[in-house]
Amino acid sequence: MTNSTVLSVEGLKTYFYLDDNEIAKAVDHVDFAIEPGETLALVGESGSGKSITSLSIMNLIEKPGKIVDGAIYLNGKNIVDLSDKKMTEIRGKEVGMIFQEPMTALNPVYTVGNQIVEVLRKHKKMSSSVAKKRAIELLKLVGFPRAEETIKEHPHQLSGGMRQRVMIAIAIACEPKLLIADEPTTALDVTIQAQILDLIDEMKHKFDMGVLLITHDLGVVAEYADRVLVMYGGQIVESATKQTLFNDPKHPYTNGLLASLPSLDKQTDRLGAIKGTVPPAHRFPKGCRFSTRCPHVMEKCLHANPDLIPESDGHEVRCHLFK
Amino acid sequence: MEVKNSEDNTRIADDVLIQVEHLKKYFPIKGGVLKHTVGHVKAVDDVSLTIKKGETLGIVGESGSGKSTLGRMIIRLLEPTEGKIYFENDDITDLSNRKMRPYRKDMQIVFQDPFASLNSKMSVSELIEEPLLIQTDLTKKERKEKVLNLLEKVGLRADDRNKYPHEFSGGQRQRISIARALAINPKFVIGDEPVSALDVSIQAQVLNLMADLQDEFGLTYLFIAHDLSVVKHISDRVAVMYLGRIVEIAPKDYIYNNPLHPYTQALLSSVPVTDLSKKSEKIVLEGDLPSPSDPPSGCAFRTRCPLAHDRCTTERPHLLNRDNGHSVACHLHDNK
Repeated sequence: MTNSTVLSVEGLKTYFYLDDNEIAKAVDHVDFAIEPGETLALVGESGSGKSITSLSIMNLIEKPGKIVDGAIYLNGKNIVDLSDKKMTEIRGKEVGMIFQEPMTALNPVYTVGNQIVEVLRKHKKMSSSVAKKRAIELLKLVGFPRAEETIKEHPHQLSGGMRQRVMIAIAIACEPKLLIADEPTTALDVTIQAQILDLIDEMKHKFDMGVLLITHDLGVVAEYADRVLVMYGGQIVESATKQTLFNDPKHPYTNGLLASLPSLDKQTDRLGAIKGTVPPAHRFPKGCRFSTRCPHVMEKCLHANPDLIPESDGHEVRCHLFK
Repeated sequence: MEVKNSEDNTRIADDVLIQVEHLKKYFPIKGGVLKHTVGHVKAVDDVSLTIKKGETLGIVGESGSGKSTLGRMIIRLLEPTEGKIYFENDDITDLSNRKMRPYRKDMQIVFQDPFASLNSKMSVSELIEEPLLIQTDLTKKERKEKVLNLLEKVGLRADDRNKYPHEFSGGQRQRISIARALAINPKFVIGDEPVSALDVSIQAQVLNLMADLQDEFGLTYLFIAHDLSVVKHISDRVAVMYLGRIVEIAPKDYIYNNPLHPYTQALLSSVPVTDLSKKSEKIVLEGDLPSPSDPPSGCAFRTRCPLAHDRCTTERPHLLNRDNGHSVACHLHDNK
């Protein structure tokens, strides 16, 4: 961690305590850091723990879930034990957030303008006339040419892509150093997806933010991320720069994911599907969590979960095949 | 795709399973105190196409393009406003529900959401047996055998038959939906975003399964999806829809290697790819899809088209054959 590190997550464990005394280890010892101007992608399938990781950072874990261990340094300050009240001051101010479904994230009864003004008044203590002016500037920045009219509209009058632009305007209103984008374009059409991801990228450069991009789409990772963490079973199984991950993937799960993708350039008769399904977080196999689906499974994998170890500079893999 | 007039068309070519001509679906918009019809959403607006026996025709388009509405009309789950639908050599456009019944056996659909499309109170064997009860005279023993056989075909275990849908993951539920669709040996199966709700490793399993079953049973597929790489993988030919119309249709290699319509070009360039060396310039389209209740005059794509010119405002381009079954609806390509 350097002085400028925006976010540093160390040894994060978020467990869910289920009925009949079972424990779902949704996030199980995750470490990573984000620097300013960097996009770190967290990629994985449903149940991998990627969204719980982002909710943990924002302290939005609800019962029966709990952060049981670890530290989360936001701009150098550990926020893992802060009270709800203190966290409310941080969310929206020091961390901007964009979610998959802008319709549920926006309040349907308030105008677009009201929702941006509210954030500015609360966190920046602006007067309402100053905040309104700033709201119009922000909307212009995210691509509403007629922002003076847009501020009077309600979310339902906007398309999905437009709503996501409003979410971005709210997220950057206080010029946070960290932006968390959790599947920001999953609900959008592909031509709109390109617009929104380009906009996030532009805002990242403009405000020198660190971006945590959570996605299941490896194509999105390849085009927008700088570094990538592949998650499986609540743990990081591979960590690398984008170039290394796509040119020299090591973990059998990463390889399986890449082989599962139908390609636009190549024609393959059969896709290299990974057999079976992701085990639920309270039924992880003993040993390596990918062992039930891995084509290279060995005796050792059934007993010991491998550590995340450096394979080369900046490239880490959690697999017994690599020592 | 052949452009024909419905008047002079009394015979469908032998190798064609489905032919639709000038198909339209307009949904009325009611307004005012008296709920008069104040306009129409033109969900599908004059679509003609053929699907050959044993082939997979993919339909791609964004939300609101009319691709699902088209699929549902073809198998008569929705009544067309205008146009004709032929199955093999028979005009099925206006058949009553009773007369449709023998045809229903030949056409099945698999939906996107395997959580909503399976009755949660029925066990797997009941779910798969239901179409057999309705459409066949098989005895109880024969039905049971058939269910076991189908379970094996779609990659589920025999002991799974007594379980209920909630006990399965999304991918396994989609396997149940497929087994149910195949139970009565259909000729034609529509997949309406059948893998969109699945994780990529599971999506690959289901796509492989659909390809295997097509080979084994000689099925004809209409595969509707928004994901261009998935459609490319599974299809023989691909139609691109925009605001209720087909803007381009061709064998898939033509569509993906030499797209002619500016919309197809933009769509393809928008897909994020994992091959870092193949990063090409994106054509980022301005704005959103216009409302299908008030589509632009002339070419429906002109409001977002980087190459639009005067003629596009006044004249609607027709879908014209360029070569070898590559048809495109764009004034840039009609040689005038």
